[in-house]
Parts: sequence; structure tokens; C-alpha cells
Amino acid sequence: MELVVLSGKGGTGKTTIATAIAELTKNVVKVDCDVDAPNLYLFYKGSNIKKEYFYGRKKAVINQSLCIKCRKCEEVCRNGAIKSGEINLYKCEGCGTCTLVCPSNAIKLKDKKSADIFITKTDKGIISRAEMDIGSNGSGKLITSLRKNAKRYSDENTLTIIDGSPGIGCPVISSVTNSDISLIVTEPTRSGMEDFKRVAILCKSLGVFMLVCINKFDINEEISKEIKIYCNEHQMKVVGKIPYDDTVMKSINELKSIIYYENSVANTAIREMWKNIKNEISN
Amino acid sequence: MKIAISATGKNNSSLIDMRFGRCEYFQIHDVESGEIKIIKNEGQMASGGAGIAAAQQVIDAGADVVITGNLGPNAYRVLKSAEIKAFKVTNIPVEAGIRAYKECQLTEISTPGKAHQGML
Amino acid sequence: MNIGILSGKGGTGKTFLSTNLAHILGANYVDCDVEEPNGFIFLNPTGIKTFEVKVDYPVIDKSKCTMCGECVKVCQFNALAKVKNNILLFEKLCHACGACEVICKFNALSYKKRTMGVIEEGKHNNAICKRGVLNIGEPMAVSVIDQLLENLNDGVNIIDCAPGTSRNVVNSLDYVDAAILVTEPTEFGFHDLKLAAKLIRTFNKPLAVVINKYVEGEEKIHQYCTDENIPILGVIPYKREVAKIYSKGEMISDIDEYRDIFMNIANEVKAVFVWS
Repeated sequence: MELVVLSGKGGTGKTTIATAIAELTKNVVKVDCDVDAPNLYLFYKGSNIKKEYFYGRKKAVINQSLCIKCRKCEEVCRNGAIKSGEINLYKCEGCGTCTLVCPSNAIKLKDKKSADIFITKTDKGIISRAEMDIGSNGSGKLITSLRKNAKRYSDENTLTIIDGSPGIGCPVISSVTNSDISLIVTEPTRSGMEDFKRVAILCKSLGVFMLVCINKFDINEEISKEIKIYCNEHQMKVVGKIPYDDTVMKSINELKSIIYYENSVANTAIREMWKNIKNEISN
Repeated sequence: MKIAISATGKNNSSLIDMRFGRCEYFQIHDVESGEIKIIKNEGQMASGGAGIAAAQQVIDAGADVVITGNLGPNAYRVLKSAEIKAFKVTNIPVEAGIRAYKECQLTEISTPGKAHQGML
Repeated sequence: MNIGILSGKGGTGKTFLSTNLAHILGANYVDCDVEEPNGFIFLNPTGIKTFEVKVDYPVIDKSKCTMCGECVKVCQFNALAKVKNNILLFEKLCHACGACEVICKFNALSYKKRTMGVIEEGKHNNAICKRGVLNIGEPMAVSVIDQLLENLNDGVNIIDCAPGTSRNVVNSLDYVDAAILVTEPTEFGFHDLKLAAKLIRTFNKPLAVVINKYVEGEEKIHQYCTDENIPILGVIPYKREVAKIYSKGEMISDIDEYRDIFMNIANEVKAVFVWS
């Protein structure tokens, strides 16, 4: 079973909640799909049992000894990735149009490593994660690899928890398609609500079953109510309302999941939410 | 008639790959001559459009029918345009899948499944 | 002068800082977080004009097409397929790179435009507010961001960037003269600050930090900034009331105490970046 934790807006508490749920589950594999800013592994001590190079898009490479400096490649590149015979690797998308116009065959598309992908073994189970090379893109293909790698360590009883990235673009689409449940973590702010609606529309169009968690709900109870009404109108269930709790910040800084702080109100609410989620799963 | 079947391996005993766009191999079985051609699926390596790349390979191999576990919307559109019928199957061995097709036991895939179903 | 506001980690306060800074400085505001733009909630610009963001997609002239299939083979993104007597196009996969047009020997390929997002522009007091909005379901935001940034107005532009360190952010960095990294005093914030700083350094642009949700006794970020020679423009103290005001979509700098904080940051921005 795959559960993806999403938010639309950054900073609503995806990683905190994803980690909490993982800690409450015995047979669990974690996948950190927030590849631009991967934070999940910070909570765990472990060692990398597998490391692979990940090759994203190919990139154009100019063989300077063959280049006659006609600049045809520069004219034809629609990404502005070629200037004065040099290729800007950040901008090159590997489309190959430059290779088609070069009169001296000086340009080729070559594989370029864009990330390291890891399987990290911790005392609390496996994490499938990536470390992007600077400026590289977290593509759908990378997310797919992370999910595929995690699959090798799971059996039919494993809960795979995917920590998603903010936004609604390609990495999010790849994190959520064909998962079993998406848990959208939102916050009761105007920004949070707008972003929540956009990611909910995305999930609906992908046919993914959605559950909702209103985190820090007591920051603004009017907006929390609005979110609940919106969810009712759109057949989405709110499975958790987590109160704002200073202990969460403390737990992040101590790099320990919130569920280990007995007196934390957020801890209690998250455990309650997990019970609700499990009920939904079994129905 | 040629049947393209998504497979996890190169043999008749290999299990059918439930994925289409990102399956390991396509086995192209020529029903009349008995000839079998194995194609390594390029869709696996694609950053995007895996279903399209896979479908294109199947068309170029001259397949008339596809047997697989799931077709995403892009692959479905390509195969439908090519008038290639696709049939749904579970992860049984290739030879069992072909037999089931010949005995008309398989259901036709008439609407696309979810996108990226075969990523995993 | 174009100042980019970035973060690495989402939710540290880019929009919070950008909107308040733009408000205090009377600067133009540009929301480049086109997947999830929030800035207009706070600045509430009026007189909104909308422009469609269009990208190319290939169209095949069947009278000239010989079905050779070269366009299909050359497309690195699998956006084309050759089927019976048709070339099928998958527009969301198309990167509008032009390879298919270049390879076609029969002049059968040309381009049409399709809409994948919008740009909205309005006014807040006398300053211009712009934002890009990507259509839901479109996987690539880059075209919207590029179009937004290619038409910047004169004067000071505060550019509210997307979270992360991917192409969405990289493209924005080309247009900025200086960058402010907004971070928060948590392990996550610190971890992601370092990633973002590393990226910005490769662009050789002046860089400074603002610590949001600041708590007394924070040391790690201060030490890091000292070691890396990154000026800290200021800190915005963490207070629950700030979260509440933000939640309602209101400008925190309208409150005296916070107005001073943002004025100080604005002054530091002028001092630090002019010197650079």
C-alpha cells in the first residue's frame, strides 16, 4: 500500500507527518520524493546500503576541436542554452536540435548524471532517497526510480510512505499517480487554502483517493472551518485536525519524530488521525 | 498474426509484465510461423512518454494484438489509433497468456487505465 | 534592480518577506512561484490584466508529409508517434524544441501556439504586481516563469521565486541582480539553506540571508553565514500572532512593530546590495 503525503504549499508539515506515520507503522518503507530539499533522512541514523548514479536528461556536448564556430547551434537553440560556443548545462534540455544543424558533427547528446540515488538502511527501516546535483531537475523519471527502488524492499504487507514535494508540477504528478492514497496536509491560511485546492484538483484528475489533514488548525479556526466545508462539498474526508504545538519545532530540532513526545498535543492528534486513516484504508 | 506481449523475461515461461510503458521486454509471437522476436523496451529508459515509446516499438514490430496488464492514456491513444486491440491479463507466464487469448478468455481493454500504473 | 527571494525549503517565508518588502520599498512584485502563487493574496492588486502564456506545438501538413517518421525518431521526449497514416502529437510532453521542424525534409512541420498558463498584472499603490499561474495538469512551469521574467518593469523588482533548487529556480536566477535566502531556524531550514546557497554561488550573484520565525539563541545559521561570508539582513521573530495575521492574508508590515523590522531589512538590502 502506497500513501503519498502532499501539500501544494511548502511548510505545512508534510515531512513531520510522513515521519510520524512511518514511526507508528511496523512494516514500512519510506520514499523521499521531495528531491530538491530532501529532509526525511535527517531524522534517521543509518548507512547507505546502495548508491547509484541517476542519469536524467541527456545534455549536449560540443567537441571544440571539431567546432568551426559558425554558431548555427546557438541560433537554433530555443532554450538559450548555447552562448559563444559554450553550453549552459542548467538550461540544456537535451532536445538535440543543435546536433541536427551542426555542419561539422561537433555536437553530441551525452548521458549526464543528475543525481545520486540511495537506499539508506536505518534502524527504523529503509529510506529510498536522492541527492540532486546542483541545478538539476527532479524529473518524473527520478521519482519513478525512487519508487521502484523502494518496491524491491517491500512485500504485500508493507506500507510505503512517500514524502512528496510542494507544487503541482511533474515531480508531484509522478509522486502521486498510481498511489493508493494521497494525504493532503494543509494549513488554515489563505495561501494554504488556495494551494490546497489546486493540488486537490490535480489529485482528482489523476484518480487518486484523497484524505485531508488540517495541520496547525487552531492558528485560524475560521479558515479551518472553510477547509472542512470545501472538503465536504468535494467528497474529501478530513481525517485529522492537528493543533499548533511548539513541541513540533523542538522535535524537528532534536531530529526526533513528534510521536515520541508524550505530552505533545500534536502527537495525540496525529495518532488519532492515523487510526482514522487506517479505518479508511480498511473500508 | 503477431501478438505483442509485455514480459518480464525472454522465455515462454517468463511472467507477463503487468506494465506496458515501462515493461522489461516485448515478446512478439508470430502465430502462423511460430517465430518469436524479443525486443528490449526502450520506454523503460524514457524520462517521459514511456507509454508512447513502448507503443511505437510494438507498432514498428508489426503487432496486430497486444496482451498486457494495464495501458495508460498515452499508450492507449497510440494503440487505438493504430487499430491494435489490447487485452488485459494477470501476471501469468507468457505461454499461458497467449493460450488464454487464443481461447478467447481475455477481456479487451476498452478504456485507458490510470497513468503511470506500470511505474512500480 | 531585481532582487530574487529564494529558500530551498518550502514554507520558510519567501512570499511573506517578498510581499512585505515590496510594500515597504514601494517596489514592484513578481510572483514566480507559478505552480502555487500566493503573493496576490496579500498585496491585493487592482486593475488586473490577464495575458495567456503560449507555447509552440508542432502541426503536420498532411499534404506534404510522407510519413517517413524522422520527426518521431528525433523527438527526445516521445511527444510524437507514427501510426498508420497519422503522426500523433502528445502536447504536454512537447518541449517546443524545434527538432522535428529541423529534421523534416518535406517542410511538412510548422508550429501553432497553445495556452498552458496565464500572467496577471495589476497595481498595488503605485507599484506593479505580476504573477504567473500554471494551468493545473501542465507538468512544466518554465515557460510561464521565463515569460514573466523577460518583461520586467523598470525600478526595483522583488522576485518571489519557487521553492527548491530545480529549473524553476535556476531560470529565475538569470534575471536577478542579487538574491536573498529566507530560512528558518530548524534543522530542515539549515540543511536546505546550504543547498540553496550552493546553487546561488554558482551564479556569482551577491547573496544575503534573512532568518524568519527567529528564536533567540539561534547559532547554527549565524555561524554558517559568518563562515561563508554571507550577510544577514535581519531576523523576523517567531510569534504566533504573526502566523495568525499571515493566515488571514493580511500584511504584517501594517503593524508598527513589524513595520520597523521590515524597514530595517529594507535598509540593509539597500546597503548590502549597493555595495556589491
